[in-house]
Amino acid sequence: MEADFAAMRQSIVDGAPENALALAKQALEQGLHPLEIIDNGFVPGMSEVGEQFAKHQMFLPDMLAAAEAMKAAMSVLEPELKRQGEERPSAGTVILGTTKGDIHEIGKTLVGTLLTANGFKVHDLGVDVPSDRFAASARELNADLVGVSALLTTTMRGQRSVVQALETAGLRSSVKIIVGGAPVTQRWAEEIGADGYAKDAISAVALVRNLLAHKLAATEVTV
Amino acid sequence: MRPKLELLEHSLVESILDEAFELLETIGTKVAAPEAVDLLRSAGARLEDSIVRLPNALVRQALGSVPREFSLYTRSGERAVHYGGDDVHFDPGSSCLNILDSETQQPRPAISADLIRMVQVTEMLPEFAAQATAMVCNDVPSEIGDWYRLLLVLWYSDKPVITGAFSIPTLQTMLELLATDAGGLEMLKEKPRAVFDVCPSPPLNWSEFASQNMLELARAGVPAQIVSMPLAGATAPVTLAGAIVQHAAECLAGITIHQLASAGAPVVWGGAPAIFDMRTGNTPMGAIETAMLDMGCAQVGKSLGLPTHGYLVASDSRQIDAQAGMESGGSALLGALAGINMISGAGMLDFLACHSIEKLVIDAEAIASAQRLLAGVEPHGEKLAINAFAQTGLHGDFLKLKETRSLFRKEQHFPSAVIDRRSDGKADDILTRARIRANELVTGCQRLPLPRQVEDRLFAIATREAGRIGLDHLPGIEVPVPSGS
Repeated sequence: MEADFAAMRQSIVDGAPENALALAKQALEQGLHPLEIIDNGFVPGMSEVGEQFAKHQMFLPDMLAAAEAMKAAMSVLEPELKRQGEERPSAGTVILGTTKGDIHEIGKTLVGTLLTANGFKVHDLGVDVPSDRFAASARELNADLVGVSALLTTTMRGQRSVVQALETAGLRSSVKIIVGGAPVTQRWAEEIGADGYAKDAISAVALVRNLLAHKLAATEVTV
Repeated sequence: MRPKLELLEHSLVESILDEAFELLETIGTKVAAPEAVDLLRSAGARLEDSIVRLPNALVRQALGSVPREFSLYTRSGERAVHYGGDDVHFDPGSSCLNILDSETQQPRPAISADLIRMVQVTEMLPEFAAQATAMVCNDVPSEIGDWYRLLLVLWYSDKPVITGAFSIPTLQTMLELLATDAGGLEMLKEKPRAVFDVCPSPPLNWSEFASQNMLELARAGVPAQIVSMPLAGATAPVTLAGAIVQHAAECLAGITIHQLASAGAPVVWGGAPAIFDMRTGNTPMGAIETAMLDMGCAQVGKSLGLPTHGYLVASDSRQIDAQAGMESGGSALLGALAGINMISGAGMLDFLACHSIEKLVIDAEAIASAQRLLAGVEPHGEKLAINAFAQTGLHGDFLKLKETRSLFRKEQHFPSAVIDRRSDGKADDILTRARIRANELVTGCQRLPLPRQVEDRLFAIATREAGRIGLDHLPGIEVPVPSGS
């Protein structure tokens, strides 16, 4: 029996975690290599969802469902990879969180979900995160990029503190910083010395890919 | 007859309230301020894992003591805003960081001079019953930004103010400024000039600051305006009806906390609900569904007999264009027809991130039209047309009639030159017309001097508080000339 890559791809497009999980298990039982399953079966599904999204035929709830399906498939594929002593090449390590005093997590969580589905390793520090913790985690996890979210005009200033904390920690040259949230603008990002701003979760994925392009090229991840 | 638009079937309003009560009793609400939790618990609420479940009876008891109406007064002591019934008022939107620069029409950080200019324009426009502490002044340190905005409004305006605080110490300074302005704490209670917005975090989370704020405002007797902001599809159910249930539950919880602290203190059933844009993740304030949420939320509050507030007349466009006009004008009409007591949002663009003074004067025209609509169609006499025809027959020269002259001012609203009704000369675009109008308004605005002791005292408080953070000057405030000189 041949591996049904088309069905895998479709399970992602349909946002059907149960199907994705069953198909991933089945493919492993057939003896396929986990990376082959990921790259030929499930990743094309995410790509299609991205394309449909760009054409306004799919929306955020569809995107989230696809990410959930991806997560379900990866829940059996990643342990198998590890068992075989391999690892899926990471597109980069990203730390996310909202600024001190800000408890609005939706935007940041959305960005995290989409980045994960696109092959990045995401560490979500949650909400109301002190600037120092961003810096400490970036050092500890050897992060490539830190994303700081703020929904309120009052908590947006905390993004500047995160930039400063990374500078103080001597990490600024090795870690990119991006900012987002309702009141945030490109101009603000430039003013506080961040590397980029994204107006929504989709553009955040594009921005992160762009900023970590050198890393992507090195690992030849094609998602 | 005053035109009115009710969006919800009465049976739907009942279902919404039933579910809101059920939500508070079964799922509960987060309340973080320990003092608020204690008050709720001793009144019979159950606390479990930082979630408070409110028995129906407790919420209903709180609803029983809320004033059905109250008024806001100008500094001169005149009643200027009536919260209650179907009375409709408008004020500019609040607390954005950016202003659309008048010259470049590009957003830039706002400074105190921008707020002063906006206060002057608002002061001159009768369409606005109240001022708002409309933008964050970036030339003022953020630690004192909240009370500083209020100081500037009190300094330059006579109108009531819609304001808000972001911390408890700041709230105390703001109440001190308002009490000074009113002539004492008792006067402030008797004739309040300001309303404070208080925002629960969706879904059903009364943060430590928000819940404590409700207690402090209730005790001071200064009106609190609950600004519940369910985001339909993201931080609230995706259906409009479901999001309205959440709004009702958040308001009911806030009212319960508030009335337990001081039964009979004034509080407003308000909000800034919006849908969640499923493509961008933004919160479109100009979407028709957002206006529908505001109308529905207000209708539920009205069914309980409570004063209401909503967030409309804002646009998501980033410039002064047809989208800005369409969204703002449309929602001004809908809010007015819904009979929402205070409608905030005029002047705002870009998902509430940016204010524009030019937009504010354009929005004033939309508001004036909405106000004209509310005045309705009146007969003005026993006969509607027969008497006029009896005088002029079929000659068609109604222009000459005495009744035309005596009634046309009542029948027609006369827009400012922002609205182009000429058919000759150069056709300027609306931005040019709005700029000219804004300049005229600012030039014509005379600051009503504050009573001497009030001005000295406000100045002293501001100097004291600014001194705490090492600020030795007050942007936008002239030093009062010492007495006797």
